[in-house]
Amino acid sequence: MSRQPPPVFLERQSYRRRRIRDAARLLPVLGVLLLAVPLLWPSADPAPRDAVSNDVSMSAAMVYVFSTWAFLIAATAVLGALVSRWVRESATEDAERGEDTDRLV
Amino acid sequence: MASLNTLIFVCLGYVALLFLVAFVAERMAASGRGSWLRSPLIYTLSLSIYCTAWTFYGAVGYAVRSGLEFVTIYLGPTLVMIGWWWGLRKLVRVGRSQRVTSIADLISARYGKSNLLAVCVTILAVIGVTPYISLQLQSMALSFQIFADTGDAAARSGVTSAFWIAAGLAAFAILFGTRNLDANERHHGVVTAIALEAVVKLVALLAVGVFVVWGVAGGIGAAMERVDASPIGVWQTDGSRWATITFLAAAAFVCLPRMFQVMVVENDDERHLRTAAWAFPLYLLLMSLFVVPIAAIGLDLLPEGSNPDLFVLSVPLHEDRAGLAMLSFLGGFSSATSMVIVAAMALSTMVSNHIVMPIWLHLQGGGASVSGDVRHVVLLSRRVAIAVIMALGYFYHALSGGGAALASIGLIAFAGIAQILPALVGGLYWRGATRMGALAGLTAGFVIWLYTLLLPGLGGGLLPDEVLREGLFGLAWLRPEALFGSAGLDPVVHSVLWSLTLNTVAFVAVSLGSFPSPLERLQGAQFVNVFDHSTGPRGWTGSVAQSEDLMIMSQRILGAEQAQLLFTREAERQGVKSHLPEPTPTFLQTLERELSGSVGAATAHAMVGQIVGRSSVSVQDLMAVADESAQLLEYSSQLEAKSAELSRTAGQLRVANEKLTQISLQKDAFLSQVSHELRTPMTSIRAFSEILRDTEGLEAAEKTRYADIIHNEALRLTRLLDDLLDLSVLESGQVNLNLRQGHLADVLDQAVATALAGENSGLKVERRRLEEMIPLDTDLDRLAQVFINLITNAQKYCDAPSPNLKISAREAGGVVVVDFIDNGGGIPPDARVMVFEKFARVSAEKAGGAGLGLAICREIMQRLDGDIQYLGGQGGGAFRVTLPSRARAVAAQ
Repeated sequence: MSRQPPPVFLERQSYRRRRIRDAARLLPVLGVLLLAVPLLWPSADPAPRDAVSNDVSMSAAMVYVFSTWAFLIAATAVLGALVSRWVRESATEDAERGEDTDRLV
Repeated sequence: MASLNTLIFVCLGYVALLFLVAFVAERMAASGRGSWLRSPLIYTLSLSIYCTAWTFYGAVGYAVRSGLEFVTIYLGPTLVMIGWWWGLRKLVRVGRSQRVTSIADLISARYGKSNLLAVCVTILAVIGVTPYISLQLQSMALSFQIFADTGDAAARSGVTSAFWIAAGLAAFAILFGTRNLDANERHHGVVTAIALEAVVKLVALLAVGVFVVWGVAGGIGAAMERVDASPIGVWQTDGSRWATITFLAAAAFVCLPRMFQVMVVENDDERHLRTAAWAFPLYLLLMSLFVVPIAAIGLDLLPEGSNPDLFVLSVPLHEDRAGLAMLSFLGGFSSATSMVIVAAMALSTMVSNHIVMPIWLHLQGGGASVSGDVRHVVLLSRRVAIAVIMALGYFYHALSGGGAALASIGLIAFAGIAQILPALVGGLYWRGATRMGALAGLTAGFVIWLYTLLLPGLGGGLLPDEVLREGLFGLAWLRPEALFGSAGLDPVVHSVLWSLTLNTVAFVAVSLGSFPSPLERLQGAQFVNVFDHSTGPRGWTGSVAQSEDLMIMSQRILGAEQAQLLFTREAERQGVKSHLPEPTPTFLQTLERELSGSVGAATAHAMVGQIVGRSSVSVQDLMAVADESAQLLEYSSQLEAKSAELSRTAGQLRVANEKLTQISLQKDAFLSQVSHELRTPMTSIRAFSEILRDTEGLEAAEKTRYADIIHNEALRLTRLLDDLLDLSVLESGQVNLNLRQGHLADVLDQAVATALAGENSGLKVERRRLEEMIPLDTDLDRLAQVFINLITNAQKYCDAPSPNLKISAREAGGVVVVDFIDNGGGIPPDARVMVFEKFARVSAEKAGGAGLGLAICREIMQRLDGDIQYLGGQGGGAFRVTLPSRARAVAAQ
């Protein structure tokens, strides 16, 4: 429990690592926003007033949903790999400084 | 075309393969060669039990009915996995550090190890998961039927086949999940088999998808065109359902007992989550990639009225691809079996640990100290629990008539399980969450879910029609599908909205209003701040355990043979001669893991902890210790008070002793001074009387002078003895005061007259008679004696050329103050403290008296309740006499 107060400014490496962690944390928020976009699409109208239909075709919807999905997966994988690399590189350094490495795992 | 018999044969062969895989994995793990069994890949694949037969068959049917809405079932878990940093990481850490065995165990541990709460969660889980199991039964019954229809004439009704499937799955789950109670088998055998099944179902679905897109439609572009041209070719998803089901799937993903089992309980390494965070969403994406094309092309190819829930099977069959159909059937079979095995294992663990074992131990009446082998009880209770759960699933299936669409049953189960979410999230992130709050929330959510979704969903007369139409007791605002007048909502959205809202409101409100027990507060702090407390599971560090006790306990749980084998093996490994190994931390950990397979991790931990001692204490231990130390503290504070009293007494004794020593010294000094004072006049009396006696021819004048000297010295002796007598009377307190009333002026008149009588020293006394008209009620003679002494002193010691004594008097605040100030040199500062002591004389040369005058004055004034002090800084010798005024003196009497 005798942890030292955290330093106000971090080295470039630690700073970068924390920003990657922030990105990993914000990713689900981005995911929720992106996956809420279909809520804006109009539902199929059996009797369209205009000659031109506003309906979103199933193939377009599929492309959007699945590409968003794939993007989220890829982003998670990349961020996860980055974080794990940083953690490996700075594990000893953190241990020396007594920083809580658990938060980075 | 595959016959039903072929199908049953293939199924049995597949099950045999699964057993083989489990067996091999177990052997490999036991011999230490199975490091890949603990890899993140296996972990990710084991998570795939989320994809049940509902996914495998139902997703296509779902897509036919509601378009792309089916994908929300997978988007929810995807978001949870992507957001692992927020939630799952903490959940897994808590699960590992608290060694929980199930979600009921976790909830109960968080809220002060309340078994009532565990029972509630268990009941909720059983009721919530039962429809889900009946869903598996239904999908498998349907898939058997489709083969039966197209194959030989063994057409059975869906309900009959469902019964045999339920029986088969129950037997399978009992054999698989409760083969023995060894923890390692559970970890590696089942998990590896499930991972294999995960691969089979993914490959099967992808194969059907690839066949449909490239084999039937002829490429991606063509397939997409056919999708757009089909009846589901336009986006037509209800927004409220899209959002609600995404949320519901996310909640259920965390709360489902089987998901909790593989995600938290079976988790070997927290870091596996990082891989699973992207790998599992990828698995889900692949599972749902071909669902829409299969649905669209199935609608296109197959005759009107064919069941869309079975397109995955019927499309290959329609195209005469028996092998592909068989693979697809195996995929569905895998989905159903893996789900049922894990769900039944998880539920039976919960039922046996939280309901059966407490009751059984209670009936035995001895808690953990009961003798005998409890292993068979645990095993039996789990097996019975599995059978009962499967029977419930079958009855639900029979009751609901097997007609409802698969997806709606799945959503009903999800909505029920999601009721755990507020208590779970609140428990992990809010220290103010209490047991009463969790109970209230769970009850409220459960009742509303039951009333608005499960009972109407069952349909078969469980809820009377008039209640459905008119509401409970004929109250329209209590209609199950339009609670509080919220008509027009989708039933699932409606039920989830009301049940989870009221659940959360009840949870928060009751939590805010109730007060948690100390154990709850400690557990709450441990859960919410888990990252501050733990770096992983705790280990045993003790070495004081009694190996024999451990042996006795292990025999009861593992059985005599297995326990002895375990102990002997460990003793050999340690190189110990006897059959009892040293209780090293490693051994204790191994033993605890062995035991946890039988009685649950928490119980095993507690049992080992009871014997080992305090090396890794539970909160209850801490509380017991705290109680004891509180008692000790009280006792020691009593001791402390006593010792303080003793030291105070000792101090008082020391002071008294010092005083006594001082008094003794004073007495010695007094005696020597008295002897000295007496001796000086005696010496001169002796000397002069000898001269008178022995000297011849003395002149008369000389004789007279010598006789005068003798006389004077004799007078001085008498005076000295008088003074001494006076002082000793005063000091002993035996003096009788002659209290009279009078005026200060009269006393001073008398004193001045007496002091100046017969003397011609020229001392001039200044007085102000007006000030002196102060009434007194005291011993006037003694007071006069003091005044005479002071005036005489001024007369003797005032060294001014024209000596002057100013006497001023005043009365203030009940005190009469009389000052005697002369214009001489006064008393030097270093002598001032001494003047009131006996035989103290300021200057030796003016030895007029014995030096007892002021000492007598002080004694007198103290008898008269007054005081006498030397006043510095008055430009001469100055004494102040204070004594109580008449009013105060009278009051004192």
